[in-house]
Amino acid sequence: MPNHPLLLFLVAVLVLGILAFLVARAKALRVRASGTAMYAQPDQYAWFAALSTAGPALLVSGVGGFLLLLLGAEIPLPWLLAGSLVVAAAGATLGLRLVTPDFHARQAIERVIRFILAGAALISIFTTFGILLSIISEALRFFRMHGFWEFITGTVWAPGNSFLAAAGRADDAASAARFGSVPLFAGTFMITAIAMLVAIPVGLMAAIYMSEFAPRRVRTLAKPVLEVLAGIPTVVYGFFAAITVAPLVVSVAGSLGLNASFNNALAPGIVMGIMIIPFISSLSDDVINAVPDSMRQGSLALGMTRGETIRHVVVPAAMPGIISASLLAVSRALGETMIVVMAAGMRPNLTANPLEEMTTVTVRIVAALTGDLEFESAETLSAFALGLVLFAVTLSLNLVSVIMIRRFREKYRVNNL
Amino acid sequence: MSQSFDEISAQLRKRHRQSARLKWMSLGALLLALAFLVVFFADMLGKGLPAFQQAQVQVEVDYSEQASQLPLAAVDEEVRDLVSRGWLRTLPMQMRDNPELLGTTRTEWVLADGQVDQYLKGHASRLRDDAKARVDRLVEEGRAELKFNTTFFSRGDSKMPELAGIMSAAMGTVMTMLVTLAVAFPIGVMTAVYLEEFAPDNRFTQMIEININNLAAIPSILFGLLGLAIFIQFFGMPRSSPLVGGMTLALMTLPIIIISTRTALRSVPDSIRHAAFGVGCSRWQVVRDHVLPLAMPGIMTGSIIGLAQAMGETAPLIIVGMVAFIPDVSATFTNAATVLPAQIFTWSGEPDRAFVEKTAGGILVLLSVLIFLNATAVVLRKKFERRW
Repeated sequence: MPNHPLLLFLVAVLVLGILAFLVARAKALRVRASGTAMYAQPDQYAWFAALSTAGPALLVSGVGGFLLLLLGAEIPLPWLLAGSLVVAAAGATLGLRLVTPDFHARQAIERVIRFILAGAALISIFTTFGILLSIISEALRFFRMHGFWEFITGTVWAPGNSFLAAAGRADDAASAARFGSVPLFAGTFMITAIAMLVAIPVGLMAAIYMSEFAPRRVRTLAKPVLEVLAGIPTVVYGFFAAITVAPLVVSVAGSLGLNASFNNALAPGIVMGIMIIPFISSLSDDVINAVPDSMRQGSLALGMTRGETIRHVVVPAAMPGIISASLLAVSRALGETMIVVMAAGMRPNLTANPLEEMTTVTVRIVAALTGDLEFESAETLSAFALGLVLFAVTLSLNLVSVIMIRRFREKYRVNNL
Repeated sequence: MSQSFDEISAQLRKRHRQSARLKWMSLGALLLALAFLVVFFADMLGKGLPAFQQAQVQVEVDYSEQASQLPLAAVDEEVRDLVSRGWLRTLPMQMRDNPELLGTTRTEWVLADGQVDQYLKGHASRLRDDAKARVDRLVEEGRAELKFNTTFFSRGDSKMPELAGIMSAAMGTVMTMLVTLAVAFPIGVMTAVYLEEFAPDNRFTQMIEININNLAAIPSILFGLLGLAIFIQFFGMPRSSPLVGGMTLALMTLPIIIISTRTALRSVPDSIRHAAFGVGCSRWQVVRDHVLPLAMPGIMTGSIIGLAQAMGETAPLIIVGMVAFIPDVSATFTNAATVLPAQIFTWSGEPDRAFVEKTAGGILVLLSVLIFLNATAVVLRKKFERRW
């Protein structure tokens, strides 16, 4: 059980730290009692001693463990921890020796804390690199098995037999596995387009009403209520789409004489659109509110009606912000998983008919990574290749969106967007 | 080219009509969005409320020697197919634990079969007609009725709908959220404090800022890929465990906490900092003793909202394997577990119609928790928000 020595080690470091704290404070108090003026308070010396004991020890054990894991070596855990304890002891000695009148303990603590805080800030960067690194390395392995061009331009997605290939029995397979991602992207874009057709008109109009027409009371009430839509978990929307909306779509289509699949693309698209409405309305509302009133006053003074002012002055002025909000919404819709996993189909299908069954990138990622995991199988690795494309697309959408909103902000000198 | 007054005023009326039309259309859009919300909640309540009730039948339970071998013998043949199989299976264990039961016959309210439950609730049921008649008779005699469903709140998952409950998933959610909070809260607050109070305005800082904004917009499923490749593959942490799930969610929640903490720190006026510096505080002392306490309500609000979002997240957890079948309720960090949204996802895939009700019931519980959390955040903000 590897947890045991680790726990013991942490307790040991803690005890050492507390000891160093107490001893350093006692020493500082003694020095001060002898009448010498000191640069810092006794508690500050004590804190410095505690930090210099525990800090390096934790750093050494953490970084050491990570490096060994990176090199793939078996970790000699007891040795590593023992080494860290030696470092802790050395740190404690240093901390205690430094309890002298002319040592700036407070400034030293300040430097250490700044260091720790910057380290915490680095974690967000590590996360991004972690995502990039994990996706890219696995995706590269996939592209080595199946060509990049086949992946980008192929129109048949049939991963079925890659398990056999991984087991070295590829010859037994009746047909080879094929990874052409075009049908997946077609499905993704279809469902995203349906979602946008629902979300952008409704969200934008709702934002216009809230910012231009609504009495203050309605506005303060409607905004948080709309936000509730955004707070509902996506798995709940997925259930709603699969159980309530999809049969509804089928029966409506049936009454029109059309044949719809129960896994049609329309139901998840509509529900995803509903989910995204508050996203668009809230961002657009902020942007429309940021359009300077002088523009409205000028327009009204020229004899424009309220509707004309909104259509010809306010909305065009807010357009960069609205487009930016819509792009963010598109990137959310592309990466949305649970709604499509539960309501859209599993079968890759290249079609323009939203009533047919379609599947998306995220559905295939989930399908490839649930159940038995075999990291040598091309199907498992294909999830990372799909993830890489998803990452690239959403990242560029976000960047464009940020650039647009920055342009808007600079134009009207608003700072709270 | 000149127009008569009539023409001009007709044109004006038309323009005003257009203006009014825009107003009504935009109001219509808002109402449509709100109508979606109403329809959605009505649908969930209609489907989910029956899950809080459970059919029970009153039967004579014969704790005989034979029943401990063959549990079916414990109840009368007339009602044998109406009581829950799962409950019958627990009989021998009950008798082993309580030897004084042996040889007695007691009249007890016991769990009815899932199909009886569906029949009593007026749903489609696979019961045969003679069984339906027997159930009707039991109801008339007052020996079968719908009671509050304690099983749903106290048990783990089960393949039998009448025995399935959300407790193991709720436990998993609690453990996962503990991990998420323990990782995301300190790191998030420290990052925000560094960026707002310590960091010089240089390339490095800008890079971190851009990076955080990007992280907030990355699809959640990619965090799942990260968790799978880094935490499980590379560090070898146990798959399906709250530890891995919580850490994955923590990375996802981090940007939310950072952004809201920065807003809270920024809303503390500089005069506070100036005063503290003026009496000789160091930068860390200013932050620790003055800025952070004043910003705490805002930080808490943001963290609660981030936590609520993490609690409803499913996609990354599916990727790290937290959709396990967990029948036993246990508090664990390293063993396989499941969480509420994942349980909802699993149940929604069950072919048995009775699970639709369970799914909707689980959704109602999840939504109540989320609404409670968000309401707490709003109250916190209202109560402690200071305008400077």
